[in-house]
Amino acid sequence: MNRIVERFARLRERGEKGLVVYIGAGDPNLEATRRLALAFDDARVDVLELGVPFSDPLADGLVNQLAAQRGLESGTTPTGVLDTVAAIRRDCAIPIVLYIYYNLIHHHGPERFIADAARAGVDGLLVLDLPPEEAAEYNTRMETAGLCPIYLIAPTTPEDRIEAIARNARGFIYYVSREGVTGMQSRVADTIGTMTGLIRRHSDLPIAVGFGISNPDQAREVARHAEAVVVGSAVVNEIASHGRDDKLVQHVAGLVQGLATAIKQPL
Amino acid sequence: MTVATAKELPDDHGRFGPYGGRYVPETLMHPLLELEHEYFRAQQDGDFQRELQYYLREFCGRPTPLYLAERLTRELGGPRIYLKREDLLHTGAHKINNAIGQILLARRMGKTRIIAETGAGQHGVATATVAAMFGLKCVIYMGAVDCERQALNVYRMQMLGAEVVPVQAGQRTLKEAVNEAMRDWVTNVRSTHYILGTAYGAHPYPVMVRNFQRVIGDEARRQILEKEKRLPDLLIACVGGGSNAIGLFYPFIGDESVRMLGVEAGGEGIVPERHAARFQGGSLGVLQGTRSYVLQDEHGQIQLTHSVSAGLDYAAVGPEHAWLRDAGRAEYSYATDDQALDAFTKLARLEGIIPALESAHAIAAVIERAPAMAKDRIVIVNLSGRGDKDVAQAADKLGLRTPGN
Repeated sequence: MNRIVERFARLRERGEKGLVVYIGAGDPNLEATRRLALAFDDARVDVLELGVPFSDPLADGLVNQLAAQRGLESGTTPTGVLDTVAAIRRDCAIPIVLYIYYNLIHHHGPERFIADAARAGVDGLLVLDLPPEEAAEYNTRMETAGLCPIYLIAPTTPEDRIEAIARNARGFIYYVSREGVTGMQSRVADTIGTMTGLIRRHSDLPIAVGFGISNPDQAREVARHAEAVVVGSAVVNEIASHGRDDKLVQHVAGLVQGLATAIKQPL
Repeated sequence: MTVATAKELPDDHGRFGPYGGRYVPETLMHPLLELEHEYFRAQQDGDFQRELQYYLREFCGRPTPLYLAERLTRELGGPRIYLKREDLLHTGAHKINNAIGQILLARRMGKTRIIAETGAGQHGVATATVAAMFGLKCVIYMGAVDCERQALNVYRMQMLGAEVVPVQAGQRTLKEAVNEAMRDWVTNVRSTHYILGTAYGAHPYPVMVRNFQRVIGDEARRQILEKEKRLPDLLIACVGGGSNAIGLFYPFIGDESVRMLGVEAGGEGIVPERHAARFQGGSLGVLQGTRSYVLQDEHGQIQLTHSVSAGLDYAAVGPEHAWLRDAGRAEYSYATDDQALDAFTKLARLEGIIPALESAHAIAAVIERAPAMAKDRIVIVNLSGRGDKDVAQAADKLGLRTPGN
């Protein structure tokens, strides 16, 4: 069974909320990415979302843009990221989703990329700029390879699109809690409950809520409406400020542990 | 491909054969579908069309002349060369044709805020102009490098009441300005319309911008039939994203005897990162909403580009051009920075017209091709913009000094 599906099934059995953590691959280098992944697994992270650095990350805010830039500067390529996933797989089974812009897949050849990703031990792909309307072949190939295509739903998504996206999605649905690019916010949007309710009318998949969640209190609040919480920029920021530090992994794992504790304690 | 099918594109998904489409983050899907719906309704709406015609005529200054460049024709010793004088439009380039169309659409949709990207600044100025005219708030994204090399246009936009945001990411030119405009749009999508300036991006932009720009070709076709009683043999236009070129070409697509030549920016020659000729060094890719020819490295990262002209300095080309090229309906060549600068000077000296550096690429192509063509042939070159904005940069490159210095 796909590791994402398996993990959410286990969470449901235990009545526990999930934590999805985003980092930019290769920031500050791929070896650090590997070590962070192992530390996250120990810190009870349920899904690792690995951003594959792209030259033109138009859906990302400044924090993740800079992470992508550092990734590119450390020589990170899509193939390098897949090799790192394979290296992580030698030591742990943490579910891994690649957060990626479509050109990188397109250039590699979609069929080959999906096969290579599956072989490396990737469990799902979240392609930022591939809406379901453009994704018919991609969905079929993902199905064949046993990978979950993760789709975003935004506050601007009307109900008929929610229905169409729900039909195509596997693993979990990623609800983007506000209009905008990735990044931290001082408060979380108040429309989350309404939208997750609407999504549930069309899908039994777990819902992960992200974009703008940066501290344990926000994570706990959001967890009331969803099966999982995604934290990205806050973790990326922590990596940015300790990038050259010997204790990078320790610092970042500490932050992540705090988030895990907040959302996993009974509400 | 038959000529008829070429003219019917794009299909319902915004595809020109394998090119085009809609590759955007989910937040933009609904707004794009709404825009598509509203645009196609407006296209059928007589009141909208009449309003558009009114502003094109009374505010922008259409129709523009189709001018026989006699001295250039004589000098080159080949075909009769006509210039489609888009440089004479209000704000100084063809960009206003599209800006006026899109702002009327934005008003129909009840949007209160306008954003745009700009390279050379001509689209930014056109957008700031129409936003001022209709009293809408306007923010223009422009690469920091372009702000410097097209400073005159930055001042113009500011004088028109627009906020100009210099973009510091990446190579700080047009591509990064588009990324930043898209980020703004994702964030403010309910109140804001994004007036994209070229025949690029996610559906419906390529078809919508083409249709707002086809007035260039529609007029030119009518004018040449009046003046010469026949169709031209060759059309020439520069191609950045490709809006002035597709505007000129599109109405002639069905006229099989009319050849079309798009001219890309050859920069310092076809060496990676030193040019912006997508059909020379590019390959199929997906960038900023559409599938087309893109300059990219072996991993799919978008490559740096270079051109003396900010408006052509862009890593991808409009999807309809990729399609016309595949179909063999249009041909694409390039002119280098040096060729463009020579053409810039030549047109100024021979015709008393200082062209935009972008349009100078099209002039460079006619200078190259005309001598080998028969005298009874007719060429139309799209003079897409005037060169006021480029005067300081060109003076520097040409080593000009003010007297006494």
